[in-house]
Amino acid sequence: MTIANTKTFEALDLPSPPRAERLKLGMADTMTLTRRDLMIWVRNPAFMFFTFIQPVMFVLLFRYVFGGAIPVHVPGGYVNFLMPGIIAQSAAFASFGTAISLARQLQKGVIDRFRAMPMARSAVLLGRLLADAIRLVVTVLVILGVGYLVGFRFSNGVLAAIVMLIFGVLLGVTICTVSAFVGLAIKDEESVGSFGLVWLFPLTFVSSAFVPVRSMPHWLQVFAANQPVTIVIDEMRSLALGGPLALHAWESLAWMAGIAAVFVLLAVRAYRRAT
Amino acid sequence: MSSPNDAGTWKGPAILVENVHKSFGEVRALSGVNLMVEQGKVLGLLGPNGAGKTTVVKILTTLLKPDSGRVLVEGRDVVRSPAAVRDIIGLAGQSAAIQEDLTGRENLDIMGRLYHLDSETRRRRTNELLERFDLLDAADRPTKGYSGGMQRRLDLALSLVALPKVLFLDEPTTGLDPRSRLGMWEVIRELVAAGTTLLLTTQYLDEADELANQIVVIDHGKVIAAGTSTELKNRVGGDVIQFEVVERSRLGEAAETVKSLSRSEPVIDYEGGSVSLWVGNNGSHALVETVRRLDSLKIHTEGLGVRRPSLDDVFLSLTGHGADEAEGSSPARRRRGSRRHQKENL
Ligand SMILES: Nc1ncnc2c1ncn2[C@@H]1O[C@H](COP(=O)(O)OP(=O)(O)O)[C@@H](O)[C@H]1O
Ligand SMILES: [Mg+2]
Repeated sequence: MTIANTKTFEALDLPSPPRAERLKLGMADTMTLTRRDLMIWVRNPAFMFFTFIQPVMFVLLFRYVFGGAIPVHVPGGYVNFLMPGIIAQSAAFASFGTAISLARQLQKGVIDRFRAMPMARSAVLLGRLLADAIRLVVTVLVILGVGYLVGFRFSNGVLAAIVMLIFGVLLGVTICTVSAFVGLAIKDEESVGSFGLVWLFPLTFVSSAFVPVRSMPHWLQVFAANQPVTIVIDEMRSLALGGPLALHAWESLAWMAGIAAVFVLLAVRAYRRAT
Repeated sequence: MSSPNDAGTWKGPAILVENVHKSFGEVRALSGVNLMVEQGKVLGLLGPNGAGKTTVVKILTTLLKPDSGRVLVEGRDVVRSPAAVRDIIGLAGQSAAIQEDLTGRENLDIMGRLYHLDSETRRRRTNELLERFDLLDAADRPTKGYSGGMQRRLDLALSLVALPKVLFLDEPTTGLDPRSRLGMWEVIRELVAAGTTLLLTTQYLDEADELANQIVVIDHGKVIAAGTSTELKNRVGGDVIQFEVVERSRLGEAAETVKSLSRSEPVIDYEGGSVSLWVGNNGSHALVETVRRLDSLKIHTEGLGVRRPSLDDVFLSLTGHGADEAEGSSPARRRRGSRRHQKENL
């Protein structure tokens, strides 16, 4: 068995496949995993909870329980103030699933399996984010549906409403990139679950999602008024109800693009390293 | 494609590992491992927990890069052409990498898609595999309801979707109940009969004995022995005396009294209540002496006899618990040796 007296073997010289071919297969792999993630989502009650039940609960809770005690100055009252906030908060919380699913796949060896296959490296991450985007569209539509039932109305035209929806989904996907990194870096499903609470709660609740930032103590306002979630929510509110659009729009997009770029890079690196 | 180096023309060994080293920080997982597996053969990589088995598999399947050394799978260098390696290998890991929310059929279909098979081929192959692995009845149920044995069989089926030339199975039966284990063995034997080259890691000696043409024993990241199971047994040579002690509480006493008949420590199997002792070429004398000593202490035994060494004994002797006292009778090793022994007999 020892190699000492065997002849030496020259390795085969194999050209790597052309770039165009690789790109095509990579896209196919991404679609396969998007499809898979959506199938899992539809089957898994926990994931469905985050998509439908929880957002609806939050709408009802804030509309009817807390809403009466929160004075706001927007046309149509608190329900109109609330909806963009609920959408952003739900979109952010939907990213829980991203972190947990990636950590679970790492832990269980699914990702190792994929990495030993002739499959695009990026497909697991991109497939997941694409599935997340689709999921988010559904979530946002459900929330808007419930919102309409409890009195929410857009008052800035159809186009602005659609752009608001897109901003909500983009915010969700952006936060999913952070979650993807968290999931891949921490790797342990349960720690990921608890850690998710630690950063998602302050990020969404210490923002303009549910109450006007001005109602907070001054030291908290400093964070709340300037953090990206508030900026995106303010933009969504302007889109839904009318207000200064352009300023926040660019600021929002810049924040989201910046965060997504950084965390996609970090996530890809964590994915490469994780074994 | 007609260059002399064309993939189709590779006539060398299916797996070639030359002097591979791998460290994780301070931990030296592999220090100079050499392996060779001919096409269509089965190599059993045998070693205790932490020996480096998974590290070898991960390097062979392009999941880890070796620090030094050369690794070829079907002539493809795992560092220089990992994509080409991935095209022709299959891997089933230590845990079942299936999607629990999806059905067995869906899991197989997704694998087929990831290998870019067309839908007709996917459907055909999925059905073949489900049938061959006895999963047709459960095919359309979510796999989280599958038994451990079924999950492992599905996992193995997933690794075969693209008909790999070389298959890697990392501890395919660890954690399975005895019946599922036999089921896995049967399936693996069929695969091998069909000509797949297989590298299988295991902590179970009987498994390597049962499935592998060649066995390589590794410990602490080094190959410590290699050969067929017969060769390994001959290497240990001599006989093993084994008996069960009726009164379990006297196991230790029984072992103590026969200890001086061997150059090595007796192995006590607390679960099975038995003692075994490697006695070299002294079989009959040692047997008589064992009977005399146990009798004088009025220790009652069952099934006392001399037998040829099993791979178990080989392993213990190689890892320092048997034949070679000079090399490895450190307490830590000895303790691990006897724990392992108990586990084998569960
Ligand atoms: N990613 C890792 N980081 C640090 N140490 C590791 C890592 N993987 C394996 N090891 C160490 O390398 C050694 C060999 O491990 P492994 O190949 O998993 O053994 P086996 O599969 O035979 O149980 C062990 O000491 C293990 O702790
Ligand atoms: Mg292992």
